[in-house]
Amino acid sequence: MTLQQQNISDNNFESCIKCTICTVYCPVTAVNPDYPGPKQAGPDGERYRLKKPLFYDEALKYCLNCKRCEVACPNDVRIGDIIQSARIKYAKSRPSLRDTMLANTDFVGSMASTFAPLVNFTLGLRPVKYLMDATMGIDEHRTFPKYSSTRFETWYRRKAADTQAKFDRQVAYFHGCYVNYNFPQLGRDFIKVFNAIGIGVQLLGKEKCCGVAKIANRCIKEATRDAELNLRSIREAVGNGLDVMLTSSTCCFTIRDEYPHLLHLDNADVRDHISLAMRTLYRLVDEGKAKLVFRKDFHKRVAYHVPCHMEKLGWGIYSSTLMKMIPGLDFVHLDPHCCGIAGTYGFKKEYYDYSQGIGRPLFDQILESKVDSVATDCETCKWQIEMSTGVPVENPISLIAQALDVEATMKANGVTVPPVAD
Amino acid sequence: MKFDTIIIGGGLSGLVSGIECARAGQRTAIVSAGQSALHFWSGSFELLGHADGKAVIADPLSHIQSLPERHPYRVIGADRLRSLLGRVPSILGDAGLKVSGSLDANHLRLTPLGFMKPAWLTLNDYVALDADAPMPWKKVALVNIYSYLDFYPRFLAAGLEKKGVECHMATVNIPQLDILRRSTTEMRATNMSRFLTDEAVDDLAFKINEVATGCDAVIMPAILGIFSDEPVERLRRAVKCPVWFIPTTPASVPGVRCQLSLRDLFIRLGGEFLPGDTVKRGEISDGRLHRLYTVNLGDMPLEADNFVISTGSFFGHGLIADMEHIYEPALGLDLNVSEGRTAWYDKDFYAPQPYMTFGVVTDDDFHPSWHGRTVSNLYATGALLAGFNALKEGSGAGITLATALHAASRITGA
Repeated sequence: MTLQQQNISDNNFESCIKCTICTVYCPVTAVNPDYPGPKQAGPDGERYRLKKPLFYDEALKYCLNCKRCEVACPNDVRIGDIIQSARIKYAKSRPSLRDTMLANTDFVGSMASTFAPLVNFTLGLRPVKYLMDATMGIDEHRTFPKYSSTRFETWYRRKAADTQAKFDRQVAYFHGCYVNYNFPQLGRDFIKVFNAIGIGVQLLGKEKCCGVAKIANRCIKEATRDAELNLRSIREAVGNGLDVMLTSSTCCFTIRDEYPHLLHLDNADVRDHISLAMRTLYRLVDEGKAKLVFRKDFHKRVAYHVPCHMEKLGWGIYSSTLMKMIPGLDFVHLDPHCCGIAGTYGFKKEYYDYSQGIGRPLFDQILESKVDSVATDCETCKWQIEMSTGVPVENPISLIAQALDVEATMKANGVTVPPVAD
Repeated sequence: MKFDTIIIGGGLSGLVSGIECARAGQRTAIVSAGQSALHFWSGSFELLGHADGKAVIADPLSHIQSLPERHPYRVIGADRLRSLLGRVPSILGDAGLKVSGSLDANHLRLTPLGFMKPAWLTLNDYVALDADAPMPWKKVALVNIYSYLDFYPRFLAAGLEKKGVECHMATVNIPQLDILRRSTTEMRATNMSRFLTDEAVDDLAFKINEVATGCDAVIMPAILGIFSDEPVERLRRAVKCPVWFIPTTPASVPGVRCQLSLRDLFIRLGGEFLPGDTVKRGEISDGRLHRLYTVNLGDMPLEADNFVISTGSFFGHGLIADMEHIYEPALGLDLNVSEGRTAWYDKDFYAPQPYMTFGVVTDDDFHPSWHGRTVSNLYATGALLAGFNALKEGSGAGITLATALHAASRITGA
């Protein structure tokens, strides 16, 4: 090892050459001058904080952890990780009741889905929104995602589990909170597509929230506990020869990269087995191990928004390439822009205007593009874009599911297991 | 994943060869490890600024015979250089970048420190003067923004006064920029440019007119027009005399504009741009590069018929130096590096530094070699190449563009 190599910290802030390119691509800097910008908040500030923690600047809370600074950085500095680690290490305030509530997506989700019709109705009422705004600081303009009265896991056990066992090839599925409590249809779309190409889908032994919301709200002990449980389940599945699929780019990014970088949990033994469904589907099609046959009567004009964490994963090309394979899909490219919601960030009253300001160029481009729907791999991007443009947003795997000629696809792949009944 | 052509590097060279390949109907991808050196761009491209220790003005292409034998310009040859580089203004124009300049004569650009340097192409709103013509102004206003630290009017004035131009230095402010002063570090050109749109431009023009009375021109830092020409045009309409811009410290507004405009053109032409990904290794055998493995794509390689490597020199991490070695990290290509660390540099800081000429060794068609054998479906372009000193020659952009266009024309058969 050379002298130079020994001089680099784990979060490599020394590699920063102060070029300020990260700041050019920071969506927060563009709308909020109280934020010191990623260079100052990240590698520059780190030098001071290492000398004295009192140099910690509370304005780092404005960082929405999109990682666009890291994608832009010519020197591969983990700027976003430096900022988030500093928030975790130095922020003095404890997470508020609101933040804790927003962070506990699985606890809140399990309560809300139990009383889904009532919760959905109540959360849509103006006086309730006003009250939440006034008492908790959840912005009154924010539309809450609907909760589902039947959880995905319940549906799976009742309707899908028996069928899945009949396939020779199997994958495991980390469905995440959103699929379980809010939108089971996404999980069903994924199963429909994978079953049609002859692959059964197993749930993990146990799963908790991936932890992205807890990390963002600095509930680190809870996030670590959940992450350890998730890693145990993932290791068990991988040990049984199953790769673990996800349909949310943020859950996927969190488990693959935030676990080691922010929670310091080593996942190197299983990391390569954790993948987005669209990436694995692309691989199977590309290697000739699966064939997709699409319906002739499917027609849709779709704009593809690459979520920030998908951009960081570098996997947007799999979703876009697969969507472009659908003959009836008129594909529209969107410029890389953060939508502004960043999970729970855009729910908070004090960030709401920034959140909308950050997403504005994206919303404008979507509205100008006259599309039938927007495709994106992240559920919170979906909430933000639907609320702010009125254009419906779908996961790319759902578009594949809609456009798929199931019978012809099964035949092309020699699949005889009958599909799960709707 | 299979493409016709894959380009490693998303800077000026990679983007231009990518644009030309995509335009020819090739399925093309660019793998870009972070943003490029274009973000440091001055607004001018140099072709050949100095030869035989003297500034070159007339007919720069006639001077290439004085360059070392293996210099990329000499390998390409003057005639082919002329035809390749002749395409550059129209490519930039397609991306929405309007430039002036000629292959037959250099003009002079005004540097941020008040020097005049030979240049080939300059963005239309940046100072480009005919070398033989008298200075076009008697008196100019050097207008800075209050509390902006990356613009140095006194240096500019010193340079311009030597040429007989009277300089009036002034500082202006508009309330729309006060917001940036809330954070002590964020008074930057690119940040200001986000707020200098619409009515803010009119207000700025009003303030400039107040301080520029009696001046023939306004010279100010490049703080407008990061995403489009519109704010610049609006300002020029509203200011009573011509307005010229001086590039600032990075990230420069013209640099970001150029990067994004070229990237957008590449994507419009159907290209796939993979941002923030790094090539870890490639598989080379029988004199051909077969596939690339990247950090993000993991065990799913990128395959193509042809490849271009445009990863830059040390600054772009196309070359890496540690205490003992200099190497090309993506593919391990052969280099012309002198043995022993002390042979890499000259102790006289201002002397031509040997390391500046280090780079990838190629044949006459810019195919690099790997373990002594030419890789026939790979082209190396731009700052990664060996055999020139861009800083001393003032030749970096010309070499970058010429070799990029050479590679694209060989690949597309155009």
